[in-house]
Amino acid sequence: MENELNVVGQRLPMHDAAAKAKGTAQFTDDLTFPGMLHGRILRSPLAHAKILRIDTSKAEKLPGVKGVVTGQDIPDRLYGIVPKARDEYALARDKVRYIGDDVAAVCAIAPEIAEEAIELIKVDYEELPAVFDPFESKKDGAPVIHEGIKNNTSFAIKKEFGDVKKAFAESDAIFEDTFFSQAVNHAPLEPHAAIAQYDPLKGEVTIWSSTQIPFFLRRNLSNTLQIPESRVRVIKPKVGGGFGQKIDMFAKDFCAAWFAMHLGKPVKFIYDREEVFISTRQRHPMYITVKTGMKKDGTILAQKFQSYADGGAYNSTAPTMMALSCFFLMIPYKVPNLFYEGYHVYTNKPVGGAMRGHGIPQARFAVERQLDLMAGRLGLDPAEIRLKNSIHAGEPHSAGFVINTCGFSESVKKAADAIGWKEKRGKLPFGRGVGLAGASFPSGVSNMSHISSGAVVQVGQDGAVNVLSGAADIGQGAETVISQIVAEELGVLLEDIRITAADTGITPLDPGTFGSGVTVRAGNAARLAALEAKEKLFEFVAEKLEANPEDLIAKNREIFVKGSPGTVMTIKDAIKGYQYADLPMPIVGRGSWMAPTDEPTTLFEQDGNFAPNYSFMTQAAEIEVDLVTGQVKLLRMVTAHDCGRPINPMLVEGQLEGSVVGGMGQALYEDVIVEKGQVMNPSFLDYGFPTFLEMPQIETIGVETDDPIGPFGAKEAGEGTQLSPAPAIVNAIYDAIGVDFMELPVTPEKILKAMEEKGK
Amino acid sequence: MKKGIELKINGDNYEVLISPNNTLLEVLRDKLGLMGTKQGCDLGACGACTVLINGEAYLSCIMLAMDAVGKEIMTIEGIEEDGLLHPLQTAFVEKGGLQCGFCTPGMILTAKTILDEEEHPTEDTIKKKMSGNLCRCTGYKKIVEAVMSVSEQTGEGA
Repeated sequence: MENELNVVGQRLPMHDAAAKAKGTAQFTDDLTFPGMLHGRILRSPLAHAKILRIDTSKAEKLPGVKGVVTGQDIPDRLYGIVPKARDEYALARDKVRYIGDDVAAVCAIAPEIAEEAIELIKVDYEELPAVFDPFESKKDGAPVIHEGIKNNTSFAIKKEFGDVKKAFAESDAIFEDTFFSQAVNHAPLEPHAAIAQYDPLKGEVTIWSSTQIPFFLRRNLSNTLQIPESRVRVIKPKVGGGFGQKIDMFAKDFCAAWFAMHLGKPVKFIYDREEVFISTRQRHPMYITVKTGMKKDGTILAQKFQSYADGGAYNSTAPTMMALSCFFLMIPYKVPNLFYEGYHVYTNKPVGGAMRGHGIPQARFAVERQLDLMAGRLGLDPAEIRLKNSIHAGEPHSAGFVINTCGFSESVKKAADAIGWKEKRGKLPFGRGVGLAGASFPSGVSNMSHISSGAVVQVGQDGAVNVLSGAADIGQGAETVISQIVAEELGVLLEDIRITAADTGITPLDPGTFGSGVTVRAGNAARLAALEAKEKLFEFVAEKLEANPEDLIAKNREIFVKGSPGTVMTIKDAIKGYQYADLPMPIVGRGSWMAPTDEPTTLFEQDGNFAPNYSFMTQAAEIEVDLVTGQVKLLRMVTAHDCGRPINPMLVEGQLEGSVVGGMGQALYEDVIVEKGQVMNPSFLDYGFPTFLEMPQIETIGVETDDPIGPFGAKEAGEGTQLSPAPAIVNAIYDAIGVDFMELPVTPEKILKAMEEKGK
Repeated sequence: MKKGIELKINGDNYEVLISPNNTLLEVLRDKLGLMGTKQGCDLGACGACTVLINGEAYLSCIMLAMDAVGKEIMTIEGIEEDGLLHPLQTAFVEKGGLQCGFCTPGMILTAKTILDEEEHPTEDTIKKKMSGNLCRCTGYKKIVEAVMSVSEQTGEGA
């Protein structure tokens, strides 16, 4: 009973679920301020052009227009989420690089007037030759997209682990295949939004933004507006989904702040759906060639990768994305010898950025597909080949990852059993098949600059607990998970916790929501803060109960002595006693946490342990191909997942289910179609991500490990699960119709074409 | 040319000055401050702006406010009964049928029309009738479970 957990591990609704169900949860666009103005961005109609002249006079004269800003008016400061890859202006200064690039902004008393005004801005362009294909773009003589970037290759990574040449020489079988993953839009339901307000007396700009990264946004705004960080306050209201797309500053953030500062009035920017598709971020299209050397029994000896990411017009997270795509090739399988070269190549197209999985889904599609191809060629079972190569806890990793806990092989077995692998693989009627694929993902990143979290826990006079955290809940339930961790540590209930999160003016530093690090990083910080608060209370209670503080346990709103459950004091009484003993109130605990590391591990220069811990998962799919229409129906997806010990199993399931359906979209439906730089399907109707009708039967299986570093044994959940639904589905398509698809998405058109060719 | 109209929303009459081209969504959000109705696409493709007109689900982003005159409009703000969460709201909360919450008001209102029409819809009926409401977070499973759970309560000891 003493070790039982009361709040952690419970299926509890999100603390703000009722507000969301009532429609009272406030998203950025739900906020209004007296005298608020409305902004709108003018976007480039050309894929690549010099800006010769911008005439804003007509727009300025339109009644109701309060301000116009162009790239020439703003400080000459490049920004970008990765400091070494800054290449973007808040508004284009001398050149546009893709259709949809931010050219100018208008601010007016009504959205319709702002809309009308941007039509009145006259831009003289000198059109430049554009390039839309990364292989054309990297050639000598291709149009130069960013001055000084040779071959339009803005980031290259080359790494060798082990002795690749020798290992290939020792291999029994060597195969080389090329794969392609398409552009996918995150398509969060809430369009991007920002509202800014300026206090001229303090010189402080406050911005409410639909962001995943309040503290990084603060830094980017400070840099581009050229005002101190302390004069920028970022508040994150409810965010309606992000999936990585809201990990960047956008023109709407900068322009809202700019106009607020210059006009002294609150200013709101809302992107429309087309802008979300065209002018924010998307998952990078990637071409990957994999060469693998194996022993006859399926043991991987060596792999060689060549990856080309079609980056679009700017870098965004490019270096991190490429590095992740490299390093996570050596997990969940043991790859003792690896050579990787990856290139991020600019094109005159929409910009690639972080999206759920961040460079790894593309790599996993290649690896997991090729494992099935090789299993077929060597006459081995695809599930067996994965078990054979599985990494295990405590085993060495070629790049120095430290694997404390690993449920990968168990996840393969459980997923295979649940899908009925032995009975079904290769044995179902033509048109029906099963397939599986594995993956691993970091729970955040270790020891890169600014990747640490803080928290404050205050116990008030009435027993209510106030938590301050910088973590950015974007709908995944971070605030709830952090509150559960604090409640468990303090021995109170979830309903006793009030959490204020992600306001850079109030809450401690946190890097934000990316890399699936929030539960482990911000959760550990909050746990340490709760622990410090508890220790203060325990000092007092120990005296009263005539016990040692270290023998006290707080649970279910009571404090009792270990080994003598009869000696009890309620937390309320403890607080009252503490207060009347003239001890200082409120009881405040502070916590800061960063992943334990011995040395920097940026991955660009140094290898090493990238993350505090790693999640592991296997997806197993059963599909049916309609042989007449070519449509593939995902009937069932089993997802077996090692996320350590789940803090909230209901929220974990929700993460896995959402990730599976997103992965299904990537496998079968979604594709940002671009022709000559123009996105052809920038709407929900034309883009077509999965609806209720496509929803498969989903079974989530927990593979529990008790991680020593995660709070209460937790690891990441949800992001890793989007890595392998696509290869699992495409592997199942092979089982169904005997066709190996190497490119995503597998549309009905491709299926019918392949069937026709097969019939010949 | 502005025009004064009267809209009956959640049982109350609102007089409001509109332009003839204002959508119902614009009027609800920008003029009346009923922010529970969300704008996800403004093209009638995502269902986040769903409201009920005489008990039927409509997309308020592609409906003119003028066309709602004389009709009973229900938004998410009007679904509670006697200050208590509607059973569908409770089910979405307890079953984890929401994550970011942006699509949730529209989901709940569409689900209400299904349960108003038949007490015990099949899972397939729910999926079909809700397929105009998009969600990018949940994968839909827990939404279907939430709606089913309300359907299962109906008739039990009531």
